[in-house]
Amino acid sequence: MTLDDILNPRLGQALRPNIWDAVALILVIGAMVLLVYGGEQTTLPLSALDTSPVSLDPANLPAYALRTTMRMLLAIACSIIFTLVYATLAAKSRRAEMVLIPLLDILQSVPILGFLTFTVVFFLNLFPGQVFGAELASVFAIFTSQAWNMTFSMYQSIRNVPKDLDDAALSFHLSAWQRFWRLDVPFAMPGLIWNTMMSMSGGWFFVVASEAITVGNTTVTLPGVGSYVALGIQQRNLPAIGYAILTMLLVIIAYDQLLFRPVVAWADKFRFEQTASATEPTSWMLDLFRRTRALRALTYPFAALNRAFSNLHLAIPESLKIPVRSAPSSRTIDAIWLALIVAGTTYAGWKVYQYMSATLGFSDILSAAGFGLITLSRVVVLITLATLIWVPVGVWIGLRPKLAERVQPVAQFLAAFPANLAFPVFVVIIERYGLDPNIWLSPLMILGTQWYILFNVIAGASAFPTDLREAAGSFHLRGWRWWTKAILPGIFPYYVTGAITASGGSWNASIVAEVASWGDTHLTAKGLGAYIALATEAGDFPRVVLGITVMCILVTLFNRLIWRPLYAFGERRLRLG
Amino acid sequence: MLDIAKNSNLLEIRSVCRSFPKGSGEELLVLEKVDLTIHSGEIVGLLGRSGSGKSTLLRIIAGLITPSSGDAKCRGETIAGPPNGVSMVFQSFALFPWLTVLQNVELGLEALGVESDERRKRALAAIDLIGLDGFESAYPKELSGGMRQRVGFARALVVHPDLLLMDEPFSALDVLTAETLRTDLIDLWIEGRLPIKSVLMVTHNIEEAVLMCDRILVFSSNPGRVAAEIKVDLPHPRNRLDPTFRQLVDTIYARMTQRAEVRMPQGIHGTGVGMALSHVSSNVLSGLIETLAGPPYNGHADLPVLANHLQLEADDIFHLGESLQLLRFAQLSEGDLVLTEAGKRFANLETDARKKLFAEHLMSYVPVMGLIRRVLDERPSHTAPAARFRNELEDYMSEDRADETLKTIVSWARYAELFAYDEQSETFSLENPH
Repeated sequence: MTLDDILNPRLGQALRPNIWDAVALILVIGAMVLLVYGGEQTTLPLSALDTSPVSLDPANLPAYALRTTMRMLLAIACSIIFTLVYATLAAKSRRAEMVLIPLLDILQSVPILGFLTFTVVFFLNLFPGQVFGAELASVFAIFTSQAWNMTFSMYQSIRNVPKDLDDAALSFHLSAWQRFWRLDVPFAMPGLIWNTMMSMSGGWFFVVASEAITVGNTTVTLPGVGSYVALGIQQRNLPAIGYAILTMLLVIIAYDQLLFRPVVAWADKFRFEQTASATEPTSWMLDLFRRTRALRALTYPFAALNRAFSNLHLAIPESLKIPVRSAPSSRTIDAIWLALIVAGTTYAGWKVYQYMSATLGFSDILSAAGFGLITLSRVVVLITLATLIWVPVGVWIGLRPKLAERVQPVAQFLAAFPANLAFPVFVVIIERYGLDPNIWLSPLMILGTQWYILFNVIAGASAFPTDLREAAGSFHLRGWRWWTKAILPGIFPYYVTGAITASGGSWNASIVAEVASWGDTHLTAKGLGAYIALATEAGDFPRVVLGITVMCILVTLFNRLIWRPLYAFGERRLRLG
Repeated sequence: MLDIAKNSNLLEIRSVCRSFPKGSGEELLVLEKVDLTIHSGEIVGLLGRSGSGKSTLLRIIAGLITPSSGDAKCRGETIAGPPNGVSMVFQSFALFPWLTVLQNVELGLEALGVESDERRKRALAAIDLIGLDGFESAYPKELSGGMRQRVGFARALVVHPDLLLMDEPFSALDVLTAETLRTDLIDLWIEGRLPIKSVLMVTHNIEEAVLMCDRILVFSSNPGRVAAEIKVDLPHPRNRLDPTFRQLVDTIYARMTQRAEVRMPQGIHGTGVGMALSHVSSNVLSGLIETLAGPPYNGHADLPVLANHLQLEADDIFHLGESLQLLRFAQLSEGDLVLTEAGKRFANLETDARKKLFAEHLMSYVPVMGLIRRVLDERPSHTAPAARFRNELEDYMSEDRADETLKTIVSWARYAELFAYDEQSETFSLENPH
């Protein structure tokens, strides 16, 4: 909303409803009713899950989809709040940064599915006998898959606030609170929204995996699309799987149209550019609301409230104030702080060692590492294969703007789609033709993540400058030479971005992909994912911890030794313009 | 107490120094013992080369950085953090792109906790005053540079500051826009319609300073200090073609090159390897030598005339002139740039011969070039990491300056084919790719 609306002297006329108000009102009321309905379901006792078990009747799917979506949105809300607090703390305080950022880096590479074990136990004990506990466990699992990249993006943005705006905020006496809402948050907004969308996409994968959880002898089945699929798998009901996939398609289209597009279109003003962009993102939903009169008038109090909120004069005690300019800080405090960190780390390390060494020996570590290497080779082979397939396809599409325009949303959509819904289809095929699960289960790991490579390459090829293409053409650059000298360097930074996401996602997916079942058929591929999944099922916590640790180390090493240097190289040498 | 009440000085700066840490950990002095007093009702200009510390001084006054030593007082109170009654106009405008013109202007008032009706009234008045009527709901990215800087002025004026600070406010604008904005501002000032008492502006544009200021403080570089204070008594509006105006501009040009000359002997012989180089492309140097050698200059140019001809700011022309002087292709004196014999010879040579002459001058007059070449010759591998020389440079200058110097070395050495540089591994070597 713009300010001249508020200023509008013809407010009386502005309040008279128009046709768009009716449409928008129905949408708003509808959303509220759905929220209340979904919310009511969570307060039931846990035993209610047994009395009204998940059924495969497709008529239940809308309700299940609603429950699943609500978990998702709740997790996103939590992630945003977490991001605002954590990223700000890390960006504004040097000492907090020393701990928070490496921590975030590790958390980012921890396989989230491995977490489920601990969190489910924790939350069920927190609310014994209530559905709420299980719901929280599920929401927390989704949260852990969403928060980290959003936090990183926010942290980077706050650190990179332009110097002159920083000075302006200071010299116009903005309070820390005002500055946060007027400068830091708006500046971080585009990156935050983009990462929220990515997180939302990634989250579907985990929401589906976290609804039907078995830890040792506890089995919790929350009503939702994920449990529906789990039941379909148990009962070997292929049509049910089809219905579930269709439902997810509709849900993803709906939230994209109703939620993200309006937000992206609205947030266009936060892009830090001094020139107007050629193509502004549009959204019919946002346009609809912008055309309404009465509903918009209803938002004025909220706008005013928002202003009042961001202008609150929160008095921070002088002693707690974080100096805006890093004054030469006292070395003794630094030393004490460092000592505290070291002591804490040592203590935690000792505890972990104690816990693990009680049941595990050196041979367990070796076997876990061996499984890790098997999964590592799977990831490498799969990324290579996906690269060989999708880079040429992506380039071909990206160089045809008309085609790219139509394919790009599809590729992004496929990346957002929870690929684990489609796993049963593969299992059926593997079973029917008696294929080796060690090889043929592997593609499942990259089923959902390969699209990141595709849509990033398309983006890169679309952005490849026309003059360079023409230059290549006029110098008769063709075939292999054209690929290695012109287009591959041109799309390299984009490709690396896509491949990093794809490889990270594949590691995570290995936990569900290396163990797949269809009714009584259980297929297992040797690997670290299967190791963690089987240990989780057996309730063998020390092995779960060991598996996660090994995976963490491998992912971090892989990122540090291969992807980061490649990324840095791409950014430094091959970034066009 | 009585002192403060009697004191009508808006701003008092007493022997303020400021230093920044160098790459090597030592301190680099950028501002040395600066005194400055600003009274009510005057426009004061800080004029100097880039790196003369004038912006640093402005930032100290704005409360954005603290002086290393000395005393900075605004309205009788020591400056700690942005002082009340001072607001700033930024070179880059520093507008919040997600706020409309009106919201941007209101921002400073919001921070002061001004109540919303009053805020709106004052903001609209400021927008009206500065000629932005009709643009209230526009976002900055929809505006031209000139309009954006008007928003910057409105935002600074709306808080009714006693002292308006301007950090090269016109240097990001094109010539015509800048001129319109300058005259508009001066018109408002002499009509007494600006809600301010005094203005302090930083500029490197000599004509701008003479056009707008009542008093000009000329800064010298390394370290920055006030080299001269010049009063401008011409009545507003001032005419650039007025002979008195021209003479004043010439005087300041001469004074600023004079400074450069005093600096030169130490600059070259004294500092040796630690000489800071400013990056100027060899193409530009060749072009300038050719221009100087040809008519109408025939080897001798008046700097203001040359700057005008080449459409360059005074600061840029100084940079170029100094680079030529450093390489002994030309001599700066009393506001003139004169080609040396070598410079004249250079102008008449073919490409390869020019490179050879350039290489000779680099080896003779830029000690660090000789050093790198010697190291490369001595080492069996004929390679050396850039870090080795960077560290040495950082003993004498800040990291940024060392970077710039290194960049200059690479670019000049490549042109002169003295040695090669591999950007990826950051090493110098004697091999040139065949």
